[in-house]
Amino acid sequence: MRKNLVVEHPISERPKSGSTDHFTTLSGVPIKGLYTPQDLEDFRTERDLGKPGEFPYTRGVYATMYRGKFWTMRQFSGFATPEETNRRCRYLLSQGQTGLSVAFDLPTLMGYDADSPDSLGEVGKCGVSVSSLEDMEILFQNIPLEEVTVSMTINSPAAVLWAMYLVVAEKQGADWEKISGTIQNDILKEYIAQKEFIFPPKPSLNLVVDTLEFSARNTPRFHPISISGYHIREAGSTAVQELAFTLRDGIEYVEATVERGLAIDDFAPQLSFFFNSHSDFFEEIAKFRAARRVWAHVMRDRFGAKNPRSMMCRFHTQTAGCSLTAQQPYNNVVRTSIQALAAILGGTQSLHTNSLDEALALPTEEAVTLALRTQQILAYETGVTNTVDPLGGSYFIERLTTETEQACYEYFRKIDEIGGMLAAIERGFPQREIAEASYRYQQALENKEKIMVGVNAFVSGHEPLPILEIDQSAAEGQCKKLHSLRARRDYDRLKKALDRLETAARKKENLMPSILECVRAYGTVGEICDRLRVVYGTYREAAVL
Amino acid sequence: MSKRIRVIIAKPGLDGHDRGAKVIARALRDSGMEVIYTGLRQTPEQIVEAALQEDADVIGLSILSGAHNAVVPRVIQLLKHHSMDNVLLVVGGIIPDSDVKSLRDLGVTEVFQPGTSIQNIIESIHAGVSKQSR
Repeated sequence: MRKNLVVEHPISERPKSGSTDHFTTLSGVPIKGLYTPQDLEDFRTERDLGKPGEFPYTRGVYATMYRGKFWTMRQFSGFATPEETNRRCRYLLSQGQTGLSVAFDLPTLMGYDADSPDSLGEVGKCGVSVSSLEDMEILFQNIPLEEVTVSMTINSPAAVLWAMYLVVAEKQGADWEKISGTIQNDILKEYIAQKEFIFPPKPSLNLVVDTLEFSARNTPRFHPISISGYHIREAGSTAVQELAFTLRDGIEYVEATVERGLAIDDFAPQLSFFFNSHSDFFEEIAKFRAARRVWAHVMRDRFGAKNPRSMMCRFHTQTAGCSLTAQQPYNNVVRTSIQALAAILGGTQSLHTNSLDEALALPTEEAVTLALRTQQILAYETGVTNTVDPLGGSYFIERLTTETEQACYEYFRKIDEIGGMLAAIERGFPQREIAEASYRYQQALENKEKIMVGVNAFVSGHEPLPILEIDQSAAEGQCKKLHSLRARRDYDRLKKALDRLETAARKKENLMPSILECVRAYGTVGEICDRLRVVYGTYREAAVL
Repeated sequence: MSKRIRVIIAKPGLDGHDRGAKVIARALRDSGMEVIYTGLRQTPEQIVEAALQEDADVIGLSILSGAHNAVVPRVIQLLKHHSMDNVLLVVGGIIPDSDVKSLRDLGVTEVFQPGTSIQNIIESIHAGVSKQSR
């Protein structure tokens, strides 16, 4: 049994939360004992709430919301080899999942091939290993890409993996104009929070704009970016920081794309977002509602968008990984259910529910099935989908939504003053704000101002869960396949394509066409990224404690 | 008064999730230790070199990606190579129960799994260092 030095509370005693008259959200926002019409004195129903499907979209981006169509049930999956992940994806579809979401391993995320020395010990561990078009073909075997929407969590080398995806779709006979899906492709939050970056911020941002431009012209139904707060929250931010840094990243991408010469309404409808749903129920719901209202105003007032679809903040939600506990892991099912309910009441477009074993490892098939069933129970049994924005008009929810919105604008002002998000990142501003919040939260856990059941209160032993283990055979298999591919390909064609890519990068051309050409010649993630490393250099952050 | 405990906190491997490493680094510093945080993506060679240069009493590795079975043996090998037997090695992160024993057998003093309190970590380091210096 693991040692746990935390003193156990008697079951009957409610753990004290600081002082008895101090009530705050998980993020530390003070909450009053009662909300009344007086809390909404500046609130104008027409202006601030509106109708669902209409500006400012507080109540939802669509008029009928889940009466028309449930959110997409999209479990994030990926481990070991493309063969194994393909099986898991097809299993999930057979169980009623309605979209796919692919997790790549760390070497892929960092632009290394499976057989690179840098990949040692990491192949297939945190996601699926994809080094070449051949791996991508296996990953989507017997999955019709014109029918299924696929989300791919890939950032620094997103253009490369997306090019592979597009070529697989093409080989399946799918029409690029019809395929739909998402690549995460949000590099700014990597510098802020998750830290899976390869190149320095500026060329990385240019690469993102290349994909936005290419997508606007060639794949009109695709979301070439999912501007993400999830990782910011997981890094320890507050709800407001998550919202503000994410939407301010969005502003940065929009500015860069407009600067490239695209008209706002030609690309903005394809932008999408990704938020975390943590455990403080009402705080999360208010955050989702505020996100829509802020983004609608940003697009209309700051960028002069005319197309309503440019103003809609469409988002995916994942329940909070950092709220899961290794202790008493069955409690995680309860946490996830409540977080998922918050996402639904907040009007999400798609949802991933974490599995109970994810504080320990990637999920087993049994665990992910239970997580999917959780969504299905919420959708089909609880009735919460019968009406749009059921909490709209609550004094408390409306007040909290407005406070969240205002706090978000306060951060916008600070970041604008610094000179934008790139400048703020270079100065370590969001990184420092998050580190501060994360440390405060840890202290609150240590002194039990905040309680995590099973961790710092109500501690008890538990039977170990069966967990998914990924052995060395995945890495060995991937390396073997890659060696055989390298021996088979037309090296001259590949070399020409890589040379052209390097030239295009030096000339600051849109890189998508040359990346596509490299991919078609079975160039690997590592080979393509290495050429870009030569041109752009690599990035090392100054660590902020 | 005994000299302050010097700790290297390092993140080996490709993973960038540094919330834990940063919180621990700061908490150890606030408890009176001298902490050097190496930042991300340090090779075992870089980590041991840093410990040598900084005359560290403790190396703390933060590993969440599952790469511990590749990284830790190499760090231990290098510590032996440099005769740094007096340096305490502790590991924190997502380490499955089934790997804890093998890491300890290799020479890791403590493995801190998810949910460990910081107070626990501080006490373990103090206990380990005083045992080491005896």
